[in-house]
Amino acid sequence: MDRADNFLKMVTEASGQPVNLCFQCGKCSAGCPMIAEFDYPPNMVMRMVQLGQRDRLLASKAIWMCVSCETCGTRCPNGIKIAAVMDALRAECVAEGVKPGDRVTVDLHTAFTSNIKIFGKLHEATMLMLYKLKSKTISIDDLELGVKLLLRGKLPLLPGRSKNIKKVRELFKETGR
Amino acid sequence: MRETYSYYPGCTSHSTAAEYIEACGEVLAALDIDIQELPDWCCCGAASAHNLSKSLAIGLSAFNIAEAQREKADLLIPCAGCYNNLCRADYALRNDGRQRERLEEALGFSYSGEVRMVSIVDLLSREDLRPVIRKRVEKPLSGLKVVCYYGCMLVRPAEITGVDDPENPMRMDRLMADLGAEVIDWPCKVDCCGGDLGMSHGKKTKELVGAIVDYAIAAGADCLVTSCALCQVNVDSRQNRIPIVFFTEMMAEAFQIGSRKRWWKKHINDPSRLFQEL
Amino acid sequence: MKRIGVFVCWCGSNIAGSVDVDQAVAGALKLAGVVHAEHYVYMCSDPGQQKVKDAIEEKKLDGVVMACCSPRMHENTFRKAAGSVGLNPYLLEIANIREQCSWVHQDNKPVATAKAIDIISGTVDKVTQNLPLDTISIDLTKRVCVVGGGIAGMMAALDLACAGYEVAIVEREPAVGGHTAQISKSFPYFQELPVLLEKKIAEIEANPRIKVYLNSEVEELEGFVGNFKVTIRTKPDFVDHSVCSNCGKCLDVCPVSVPDAFNRNLTTRGAVYRYNQGDRRQLPVIEQGDCLHFSDNGCTLCEDACPENAVDLGAIRSTRQESVGAIVMATGYDIYSPANLPEYGGGRIPDVIDGMAFERMLDPKGPTGGKIIRPSNGETPKRVLFIQCAGSRDPERHKAYCSRACCMYTAKQARLYKQQAPDGIAYVSYMDIRSDSRDFEEFVQAGMEEEHLVYIRGRVAKVFSDCGILKAFTTDTLSGRQIELDADLVVLAMAMEAKSGIHELAKKMNVTIDGDGFLTETHIKLYPVESSTKGVFLAGCGQSPKDITDTVSQALATAGKIQTMFSNDTLIADPLIAEVHEDICSGCGVCIEICPYGARVMDDYKLISTVNQAVCQGCGACIAACPNKACDLINSTATQFIRVIDDFARKAEAG
Repeated sequence: MDRADNFLKMVTEASGQPVNLCFQCGKCSAGCPMIAEFDYPPNMVMRMVQLGQRDRLLASKAIWMCVSCETCGTRCPNGIKIAAVMDALRAECVAEGVKPGDRVTVDLHTAFTSNIKIFGKLHEATMLMLYKLKSKTISIDDLELGVKLLLRGKLPLLPGRSKNIKKVRELFKETGR
Repeated sequence: MRETYSYYPGCTSHSTAAEYIEACGEVLAALDIDIQELPDWCCCGAASAHNLSKSLAIGLSAFNIAEAQREKADLLIPCAGCYNNLCRADYALRNDGRQRERLEEALGFSYSGEVRMVSIVDLLSREDLRPVIRKRVEKPLSGLKVVCYYGCMLVRPAEITGVDDPENPMRMDRLMADLGAEVIDWPCKVDCCGGDLGMSHGKKTKELVGAIVDYAIAAGADCLVTSCALCQVNVDSRQNRIPIVFFTEMMAEAFQIGSRKRWWKKHINDPSRLFQEL
Repeated sequence: MKRIGVFVCWCGSNIAGSVDVDQAVAGALKLAGVVHAEHYVYMCSDPGQQKVKDAIEEKKLDGVVMACCSPRMHENTFRKAAGSVGLNPYLLEIANIREQCSWVHQDNKPVATAKAIDIISGTVDKVTQNLPLDTISIDLTKRVCVVGGGIAGMMAALDLACAGYEVAIVEREPAVGGHTAQISKSFPYFQELPVLLEKKIAEIEANPRIKVYLNSEVEELEGFVGNFKVTIRTKPDFVDHSVCSNCGKCLDVCPVSVPDAFNRNLTTRGAVYRYNQGDRRQLPVIEQGDCLHFSDNGCTLCEDACPENAVDLGAIRSTRQESVGAIVMATGYDIYSPANLPEYGGGRIPDVIDGMAFERMLDPKGPTGGKIIRPSNGETPKRVLFIQCAGSRDPERHKAYCSRACCMYTAKQARLYKQQAPDGIAYVSYMDIRSDSRDFEEFVQAGMEEEHLVYIRGRVAKVFSDCGILKAFTTDTLSGRQIELDADLVVLAMAMEAKSGIHELAKKMNVTIDGDGFLTETHIKLYPVESSTKGVFLAGCGQSPKDITDTVSQALATAGKIQTMFSNDTLIADPLIAEVHEDICSGCGVCIEICPYGARVMDDYKLISTVNQAVCQGCGACIAACPNKACDLINSTATQFIRVIDDFARKAEAG
């Protein structure tokens, strides 16, 4: 029970959300657009935080399939921003080196942030290429889309750059990334 | 006195939303609103940063807020996703002492809170600009049936973004009506397009976009109108039944300014025929 | 020469366990003025009280100190005992040697005993300075004003009238009945409410002791318990009901069409209308705010059409005063508007209605003739979704509280729908089911078992219209799935909220309200129908959301309380109140401002402040505030306390 309390406390602090107020009304799950991809629906995720089910949660697919659309938090009768709780769980999963429930999405986020670390501004071409190769998720649809975007000049070959890239990289370093 | 803003174009400005940014520039100029791109800026972190680390996400946005503070003018932001991130960072800097201290040190600035984050939708749908905009309309969009797709980032969380009602926003609807278009009410105004999962889970995005487009077509719309770069690329690229147009492109069309023909070619679902028929 | 008796109670071992009662008695006997002292195991018991009475009589005591528990426990008991043998009750005081002594010094008997003796000593001295007092008699007007003519107000009025008292009912709307008049059948027995209500209204009309002010509100309240003066302002309804033949011709010619609030906007009405369009016995009235005559200054179509010349567009408002001794606040509730729930399309989608609108559909004399229909096309809905907790239990965005009656009336409505359309499906979206009275649980279960109501546990996220069908995104937390429901009609069990205008009214009546606008009771368990102001009682949903059973229970309780109050010819008030030393009072008025009860009044002739004995509660605020020390509390004067403190100080110095 101690461990459960600790986990609830940790998530409450990290997310800044009053998770203990959740009374399982289910309105978050009712409006979630990604719920079909969740192994645990949003209201269940909240309950699991309350009950300290840390290992199951950090290894779940649910926390990575949430797109932070904030539909849930806008409607919660107790003012809990479930997306912020998901962010906290994601950060914990990565920080603790737990094998993520959806590898592909973590790869995307890693590829994206690494790209910014290099250029300061996103360079879609290199980011997408490296991401797709690493995660092995390339498909015909994707290739077709890539070509369409390229032909319309929507995937510039040259990256933009931030001038003070040093500062940007410091921000990464400072947060341990 | 002409209105002046600092400008944060965002990463998609030179890639997937190039035509949007161009249209924004044209429309702002036509309305005598001056913008000055920030001398230096970095990616706001989009979704990926906050998915891995809240501190990193706030840090990246704070970099831009610090820049904007140096320029002293309010910061105008065209992309809804960037606007959301910058608002969150501003909110954290304002209310979270720990974050503020950390970032002031890391970025070498002192947060003043004087620079406002302004969404371009907020600006262009302002009550006092309505008569000015109506006057600028050269070719009303009469006969064009549109549904306004606000998406998530612009209106949620309401207390941070503060632009419009999070369940039934009307600012873009009103703006489109002022341009002469027939604005249709539909249930997916603020539904999620799948966001950044468009890159990792294309199939799911196709499903979500498919549902949204189903409702748009059922409502009788000729096209969708949006202000979010990510919504636009997701909806445009994952279906081929209906065009999705940036709202400033619509304004430019009504004002008859800008290189619209070139912009239309950049869309995957070509909107040009919509305007030929008007 | 004083003859004080001291009685030390053991209170079992509560006191005797820490205080040496023998030493306490010995110590008491040493005090000046004490002629008798004894101890006993339970002084509050009959034998214990008898000891006190015997000692008073035998030793001719003229003052008594009970060294025992807190005065909150038995001060009245002992004072009554003293009074029964001829000793003025106010010459008996309690020395609290339990809560303030034995209980807090359980580990130190010598200290406890010494302290007990000190407390007794101080109290004895105080008693020697006490005055014998009589209770204060206040005149009592045995008439009642009931604010609100709904079921609560009517039931209270009827009981009071039957007990022989005159009652004035002040009703804001053009007719009595309140929200109960809108409801079809009641739970849990499906009884016909209109029939029951009609009977009660007939009783009200027939009772010569009850006067009903319609279209009226309280303008001002003056006075205090037993002696209130209520000023009632009546809006004109521009129709002379004494000559109106109720032919209805005026209704036919009125050009105005506005939403009909009684029918929850399911239909429209004219500016001249019957408040309940289905009740043909009601006479027409004109709503000034909707009437073109008053805005455009011209239209007289109804006046022209009336064969009896009953329309009087020049009528003005009137004011009346009623002198009463007690008031019942039976103001009721308003329905939280569905427009507050944009995610459900409230106020935008015609087929999304509130529970009361559904009730109006069930009324055979209502806007749909008793048929449940889709407002958009008049067809019978095949699938109805009932949403509970709409606006309730939502601390972040709407009302934090539970509206109490919705679980039951939703079950009732769902069952009635299924009885009307046996092939239809009724879904109920719920968080909990609160069915906690006689036959309530069985009622809900019967709905599930017999009418096959489908209860889905989870809050609905969104309702929208898709090509004429309503779609609801909801969830079933019990099975962990998101559910997309199709429905033809959505019924929202909207929260009950405080009546509009309650803030202003509460201020006028000098009663307190809570953060949600509900009138607050003195004590939630022991005094649930009394307000913060003496003589003003509360009944029904104006106090907090509840069903008709509890509303009527409260209404009858207020009638009972008032009858108790009226059972004497005068009101008895405690004489332990403030008094003014007239030669010291400078008339500065600080006490008047500070008094929370309005009990201090400036005498404009003598230019000093006086105490209204009927209203003063003896709280002591004016005594503390008086810059001239012109004010004192009877039998708890400053002098009395200074003597006690001096006594302690001397003892302390002496070691």
